[in-house]
Amino acid sequence: MVEKKVEVRLKTGLQARPAALFVQEANRFSSDIFIEKDGKKVNAKSIMGLMSLAINSGSEITLIAEGNDEEEALEALINYIQNEN
Amino acid sequence: MSKVRTKDIIEKFQLELISGEEGISRPIITSDLSRPGLEMAGYFTYYPKERIQLLGRTELTFFAKLTPEEKKSRMEQLCTDVTPAIIVSREMEAPPELIEASEKSNVPVLRSPLKTTRLSSRLTNFLESKLAPTTAVHGVLVDIYGVGVLITGKSGVGKSETALELVKRGHRLIADDCVEIRQEDRDTLVGSAPELIRHLLEIRGLGIIDVMTLFGAGAVRSHKRISLVIDLELWDPNKQYDRLGLDEEKMKILDAELTKLTIPVRPGRNLAVIIEVAAMNFRLKRMGFNAAEQFTNKLADVIEDGDHDDF
Repeated sequence: MVEKKVEVRLKTGLQARPAALFVQEANRFSSDIFIEKDGKKVNAKSIMGLMSLAINSGSEITLIAEGNDEEEALEALINYIQNEN
Repeated sequence: MSKVRTKDIIEKFQLELISGEEGISRPIITSDLSRPGLEMAGYFTYYPKERIQLLGRTELTFFAKLTPEEKKSRMEQLCTDVTPAIIVSREMEAPPELIEASEKSNVPVLRSPLKTTRLSSRLTNFLESKLAPTTAVHGVLVDIYGVGVLITGKSGVGKSETALELVKRGHRLIADDCVEIRQEDRDTLVGSAPELIRHLLEIRGLGIIDVMTLFGAGAVRSHKRISLVIDLELWDPNKQYDRLGLDEEKMKILDAELTKLTIPVRPGRNLAVIIEVAAMNFRLKRMGFNAAEQFTNKLADVIEDGDHDDF
């Protein structure tokens, strides 16, 4: 299991469209991926769970991945949310 | 864990704020209350200062009999920097010593028209539900014939689609994708949806739909006690699935144990019907009728009788 605390740099935060892209990205990996914000943990592969967190730009989240491709998954997702556009 | 502050109970119980306004953002960390009777008599060794303190008629009439020096010192010891609130019940006057001490240490002093016992039971109920341990689970919660069924399984296995079919059949949706679970009692788990995604369902290919506007108010509910967990998984030919239903698998959420059924998913299996029947069968078992057990007993009897018939 790998986990990392990161800051969300996406300008709009995880609004509906960016969230959908994020979930799509997460679903490419076979690992179980979770996002934790303020002590609430949700499955990163489910769009409704992700959107219920209402993650805004600048907030700090923890990404947790567990499985065969956990390292790659974590890296790809961190890349996505740290991208400013 | 959701935080409760003194101002929340002021709002909820419409309490009158007498003094110590600076302390109304103090957190309340325990659902236990304290009636500081022994403390009024001067015994502060085990004073539970982190609890809400309730001053009723008994405490205040006893307090009135004390000497002025005692009054001052007792109230100063009562008001600490962690006490979330001191509530005077029955609309009684707060002693001036209490107001003075509370202003010094910023403990909110509140007043309620209710009787002490009534107030204390309502406060306990409110605090217990607010301070109950919580968790969030990936799954769908549906009320099927009055049984709260939590459907879990990997992403894309068909949880939301099954929920949609169940709603179409007249059952009620509580939460899709993310279920917030609160443990209200030793074995009572109550699930609800996060505020933002309440009544919504996400179906691949359709997107987000609002179940309440589509199917009406009868198709949703805000919270429900969870009784049964159904885990959907893709059919694994190497795995043995339950064929008899004699043993009950259990699953632990927070500290409570729930009955769990594992149902394999394969094209052509109508999951909604299977889950509907699982819920009905669960009710039947709780009423004391266990089809699997009755059948095995009958089978055992017939086999035994058969042995005798051979002679």
